[in-house]
Parts: sequence; C-alpha cells; structure tokens
Amino acid sequence: MEMLLEYVWAFVVGGLFCVIAQLLIDKTRITPARVLVSYVCSGVALTALGIYEPIVNFASCGATVPLTGFGYAIAKGVEKAVDESGLLGALTGALSATAGGITAAIVLGYICSLIFSSKTKD
Amino acid sequence: MDKEDYKKYVEGRAKKSSYLKNCSFAFLIGGFICALGQGLRNLYLYLGAWEQDASTLVSISLIFIASILTGLGIFDNIARIAGAGTLVPITGFANAVVSPAIDTKSEGYIFGVGAKIFTIAGPVILYGSLSGVIYGIIYYFTGI
Repeated sequence: MEMLLEYVWAFVVGGLFCVIAQLLIDKTRITPARVLVSYVCSGVALTALGIYEPIVNFASCGATVPLTGFGYAIAKGVEKAVDESGLLGALTGALSATAGGITAAIVLGYICSLIFSSKTKD
Repeated sequence: MDKEDYKKYVEGRAKKSSYLKNCSFAFLIGGFICALGQGLRNLYLYLGAWEQDASTLVSISLIFIASILTGLGIFDNIARIAGAGTLVPITGFANAVVSPAIDTKSEGYIFGVGAKIFTIAGPVILYGSLSGVIYGIIYYFTGI
C-alpha cells in the first residue's frame, strides 16, 4: 500500500506541474521554451526558499522529474559546493549537480543526429 | 451579433473545451512519466544505487527514452496530444536538445548540429546557472 501511494503521489504532483504549464501556454501564449526556462529558475528559487524540498520528500519523482526538479538539483548542488569549498562553490555547484543530465542529453543528441534523419512534418 | 462577435463567441467556446482537454492530457501523460520515473528510481535503489545517483540515473534513463522516441519521430506525435505533459518532465528538455540536432544536420556538424543543439538547452543552462550562482552567493553570505 505504502509502495502504491508513492506512485500515486508522483503521478498526481508531477501531473499538476504539467497542468500549470499547460494553462500558462494556453492562457498566456507563453512559449514552451520560456516555460522550460522559468520552471528551472522557479525550481532554484523555491528550493532556496525551502519550499521545494518538502515537495520532493512528499512526491519524490513527481517533483524531481519535472524541470523544476532540475532547478532543485542546481540549488542543492550549489549548497553542497558552497559548504565544501566556500564562495567558489557558487560557480561550480550548479553544473556539477546537473552534469549527468546535460551531458547525456547533448551526447545523445549528437548520436541521434548521426543515426536519424528529420521526418517530414505533416 | 455581427460576424466578428460571433467568431469571438465560437472561439471562446472552443477554447474552453480545449483548455479542459489539453489539461487532462497534460496531467495524465505528465503524471505517467513521473510515475515511470518513480518505478525506475525504485529499480535503481533496489539494484544498490545511492539515493543521489538514483535521481541522476532516472533523469538519464528518461532522457534516453525521449531521445530515441524523438529520433524515431514518435515523440512529436505524443507531444502533440500531451502538450505540457511531455514538455515539463525532463523528457521535454531531451526532446528540445535532440530534435534541433537531427533537423539541422544538413547545415553541418559545427554550425548546424553543434550550435543548434543548444537552441533550447542554452537558455536553460544559462538561466539555470545564473540563478544557481545568485543563490550560491546569497547562501554563502547569509547561510540560508
């Protein structure tokens, strides 16, 4: 039961993050690219304010998989790096924490560009 | 009611029903991707990954799946229905990186793929890093 609830909350909370973005796109004509950027920055801000961590503890992947979770990873990485190496950590923390995801995406992007050709859009 | 008013009225009605439809699909598909991530996370923890590494592995796995689906042209079809449901999870970031890489390879591997791969990733990395640096400075001086 405990196990199942974990999935339910990940589903519901993650779904709600998407609904908020969908409303922003439909109602304000904000572009998807802006949604991505503002979600990441909001994730950093909400983590800094101590609001996001409880959501992560509650919904796990429901909060870490949306791009706000990317911001969360940045903020946590910065905290850790500043704790370890002082002010220098402010420069190294953000990208160290997200290196895995960013590198995976661009390397896979390159590999895909070798394998696949662009599909004609209908 | 003249032609313009009528057009506005019809658009208004159409919009209302499409809001509901768009949000439902965004909720269901976005929720599904997060639940899938949860399943992967539990799998990696079960296989002995550290808590922190498990999160990164989940991101990488979802990025991998989204990249392949983008390459096969399937991602666009799902995204057309899902809207923000595939955009907001890390899958949207992966798609935004892989899609321009594939589309611009005719422009060459330096200024085509190499540059355009960062069309969306660039702003995300820039503003992510920027907010990270700002927070890092605040955190260093105030400790919060």
